[in-house]
Amino acid sequence: MPTVHFTDAEGAVRDVQGNPGDSVMETAVRNGVPGIVAECGGSLSCATCHVFVREDCLSKLPPMEDMEDEMLYGTAVDREDNSRLSCQLRLIDEIELFVTTPETQV
Amino acid sequence: MGTHVAAAEQTSAGTAGAAGTETDSPTRTGLLIIGASQSGVQLAVSLRALGFDEHITLLGDEDHRPYQRPALSKEFLQGTVESESLIFRSNEYWADHNVGLVKGEYIVRIDKDPDGSGVAHSSSGRQFPFKRLALTVGARARKLEVDGGDLDGVLYLRNADDALALKARVGDAQDVVVIGGGFIGLEAASSLQKMGKNVTVLEFGPRLVGRAVGEETAEYFLQAHRARGLDIRLNTSAKRFTAKTAAGEKQTAVAGVELQDGTVLPAQIVLVGIGVIPNTQLAEQLGLTVDNGIVVDRFALASDGTTVAIGDCANMPNPVPGSEPGERIRLESVNNAIEHAKVAAYSLTGRREEYAGIPWFWSNQADLKLQIAGLCNGYDQTVLRRDEDRGKFSVIYYRKGQVIAADCVNAPLDFMAVKNALAKGQNIPAGAAADPATPLKTITTDS
Repeated sequence: MPTVHFTDAEGAVRDVQGNPGDSVMETAVRNGVPGIVAECGGSLSCATCHVFVREDCLSKLPPMEDMEDEMLYGTAVDREDNSRLSCQLRLIDEIELFVTTPETQV
Repeated sequence: MGTHVAAAEQTSAGTAGAAGTETDSPTRTGLLIIGASQSGVQLAVSLRALGFDEHITLLGDEDHRPYQRPALSKEFLQGTVESESLIFRSNEYWADHNVGLVKGEYIVRIDKDPDGSGVAHSSSGRQFPFKRLALTVGARARKLEVDGGDLDGVLYLRNADDALALKARVGDAQDVVVIGGGFIGLEAASSLQKMGKNVTVLEFGPRLVGRAVGEETAEYFLQAHRARGLDIRLNTSAKRFTAKTAAGEKQTAVAGVELQDGTVLPAQIVLVGIGVIPNTQLAEQLGLTVDNGIVVDRFALASDGTTVAIGDCANMPNPVPGSEPGERIRLESVNNAIEHAKVAAYSLTGRREEYAGIPWFWSNQADLKLQIAGLCNGYDQTVLRRDEDRGKFSVIYYRKGQVIAADCVNAPLDFMAVKNALAKGQNIPAGAAADPATPLKTITTDS
């Protein structure tokens, strides 16, 4: 099963196993990972599932579409080069992802 | 993951038997949340985040685990999202957080004492005792009362079962008439059109989307949908629904919609989306004040001072900064369900915190993503930002020179800028905002 390692703004790590095809956001929310709000439930409308992706994981991810790129300019904590919206990141079997959640999402 | 131990202490007076024993008057402990949708789920989650350590029962009348609704008229209907991914939380989450999930129980009566504790009775005869009560009972679809309204194929879209019923029929249908040009009607119409159906939308009023958006936005959507081939008829209503007329057969399935002028549109599906009515029956039975929803104060407390009521079912003081004193509002949105639940969670843990967020809404229709920040009530000026080439369109609303809201289509940067400015009490001067090439974020000022 694919695993996502969530590190929060204080450095605490929690590892969550997910299902291939689910998004990183869904995996986080269903398991109650703090730091991911996801008000819009993954319809790319709210920018409250912002994560920073560890550099070596970036190439494993699907490219960013324009809408996600624009939404990232409205996140509560300013975007960085490794910012993504976790609702747009689908889990793939055997792939581990390391992401950090920002201090706040709203 | 944090664990929460049930505090099964006996606290309220007047109940028979000791904690943990089976009696006819079960011990009244914990919180009972009636309604297991967005606001009920958020209330449970927020309470645990605040350290509330009593047992929580989250009770819904549907047979599904709590799920998200917005996709029902869009991705779920079109089959791009499966029902499993709409589930809010895993079973393990609820178990780990000491939240008892009760599905398929419909509460018909509540006995409550002045201290706020009581027992809720379901239609199947089960009893749910509580120390505190939360009503997150939502709203139901408004029914269209016309001849033929009960024919097979006349459908509504409010919950998962409605969506499944609609989905099950879509395959056999070629012609669909959608009654109501609001968000649900237009979202479903766009979805059905995308699925290859011949869709007609009938709107009773002179424009789309009622009062949820301004005139310019309504007109933009009208033109955009018509340009995409949707047949939208304004100022039009259905007189009756007609059935098949095959000789000798029982006429139970809808076959058409007859308009006031006598025109008959063929329809194997009629989808009615003409708004909702807040569910206030339990509140009325409890003697709570009800007026277009369950009347609550700034802290989500109903008129008895102990019951909380939140989300679509609640009529609350307008939470937007700068709103008129005494102005009340009932908001139907995911965002409100969440923010209102947080307010209630504070109240239930003995704190007093007012609504913190700026209301916002979204609606996805075809390739049009509408995002609304704030409430445009009482605006005296609008600024239009339109970028034809990139399909972007925004209307910014002002009252006495202060930005109060924005409708943004395919323009998330505008939406985010206005939402953030409202949250920080800032302004976006109207003059400078009129140039669509200027990012709003760069002209935001402290007001």
